[in-house]
Amino acid sequence: MLRLSAVDTFYGPIPALKGVTLEVHAGEIVCLLGGNASGKSTTMRTILGIVRPHAGTVEFEGKRLDGLSTGEIVRRGISLVPEARRVFGRMTVWENLAMGSFIRRKEPAAEISRDMERVYGLFPRLRERSGQYAATLSGGEQQMLAIGRALMARPRLLLMDEPSMGLSPAFVDQVFDIIQTINQQGTTILVVEQNAAVALSIASRGYVLQNGRIAVEDSAAALLAADDIRRAYLGED
Amino acid sequence: MSDILAILPQQLVFGIALGTVYGLLALGYTMVYGVLFMINFAHGEVFMIGAYIGWGVLAALLDAKVGGLHPAWVLPLMLVPAMLCTGALGVMIERLAYRPLYVRGATRLGPLISAVGASIFLQNAVMLTQGARMKVYMTNFLFPPAWRFSLFGASISALLVVMVAVAGVMMWGLHVLVQRSTLGRSIRAVAEDREMAAIMGVSVGQVIGTTFFLGSALGGAAGVLVGLYYTQIDFVMGYSAGLKAFTAAVLGGIGNIRGAMLGGLVLGITESLAVTFINPAFKDVVAFALLIMTLVFRPEGLLGEGLSDREKV
Repeated sequence: MLRLSAVDTFYGPIPALKGVTLEVHAGEIVCLLGGNASGKSTTMRTILGIVRPHAGTVEFEGKRLDGLSTGEIVRRGISLVPEARRVFGRMTVWENLAMGSFIRRKEPAAEISRDMERVYGLFPRLRERSGQYAATLSGGEQQMLAIGRALMARPRLLLMDEPSMGLSPAFVDQVFDIIQTINQQGTTILVVEQNAAVALSIASRGYVLQNGRIAVEDSAAALLAADDIRRAYLGED
Repeated sequence: MSDILAILPQQLVFGIALGTVYGLLALGYTMVYGVLFMINFAHGEVFMIGAYIGWGVLAALLDAKVGGLHPAWVLPLMLVPAMLCTGALGVMIERLAYRPLYVRGATRLGPLISAVGASIFLQNAVMLTQGARMKVYMTNFLFPPAWRFSLFGASISALLVVMVAVAGVMMWGLHVLVQRSTLGRSIRAVAEDREMAAIMGVSVGQVIGTTFFLGSALGGAAGVLVGLYYTQIDFVMGYSAGLKAFTAAVLGGIGNIRGAMLGGLVLGITESLAVTFINPAFKDVVAFALLIMTLVFRPEGLLGEGLSDREKV
């Protein structure tokens, strides 16, 4: 479904990704692991066209994405749950979800409301707070909203950047349960995480990024089992 | 003292009329600041050109000796072309003077200097094509001086009522557009987090262009109303009016649409009261003292949020 081939991305003169090759198949949850500044977020930004790769190709469903505008890439069926959530704080919960469906603004309103119902079904808390400004929500609620907003675009591929960051452990489990539910409902997911154990527990495969390169690529079960890899690349004890 | 109290209602009425026009003009500053974090110093000139277009329509109608001039059809005939042209002019200014700078990663200072340049260019373009002498709005042909009524000792002309009504309807329309429509939501999204807005699929360039169009069109309308009210316009009129409206925008909280409307009203009424109670010569002193006091004591403005979450390099 998504294929990055030998992608190099630079920030000015500084290389952030070096020859990154990775693949996500339809229906999978793939996990991208790595420490700080390993290139995880840059991979997301490259897929979305926020930064342009200097070399290599990004393909989605067989078509090239590199060179397209972010808006066009989103319209092709990819959406993002960004790091640190970044909901629109001065908009209500409902308005945030409506922004999520921006690319579908020409579709009948009934279609949009059906998806909004689906999001409210996944996150009943959001329905209770639909008229409230997003800035007044708790961190966990904002994370729900960021996920709901991304789903409103009805993506075939959902990118998630550190969905567990800043959440209480109990809530982290809840979020990953929901990620699994979303996947079972038919959305392919590429998730970037520092919290390797939780992320690998729901993923089918994983990649470990280090200094902008793919250091290890294996099934989630194998990565979970390999203590030496976790120690070497993920900074775990 | 009783003399002063007797003219107070009258001054309040003038203040409200002036304030709604300041507010209309302030919206242009605040909307552009909202999406680009820059002060569009050419906005005063956009306003001035709106006044010239309105004047041109009215003068042409009078020249052609069209009979039965009535504001009900003449005013739209002045406002619509003025707003369309100034709206398009705003979009052009953004494309030519600002976009080439910020897409190359200029700091906020670059577009600011470019704005001053655009302002000088437009002033001189109007001076060269229209002459340096002032133009006279033949307001009396449209709003006969006899059209007025008394309220609480204030004499209110039909023109004042129309000004407040037109400005009020436009502000209300803008408010509804920004708060309720998909376009309005996308403008707010770009103002709050440009990158996230793009990730939602919003075309940021288009939204910025639309924002310039809306703000400039309202500025053009303000130009026509001010022309009708003061009856004399010239190519430098945008300078002081622009500064006043900018003051109103800062007073209300720059980037905040309701703030611009409120700031305009507060400034208009304060100025009118200063004329009454202090000395007409101190009108501008009071206006700018208000600006300085706002910047010192409440830099985020009356309705503004804390600066920190708006600040952006």
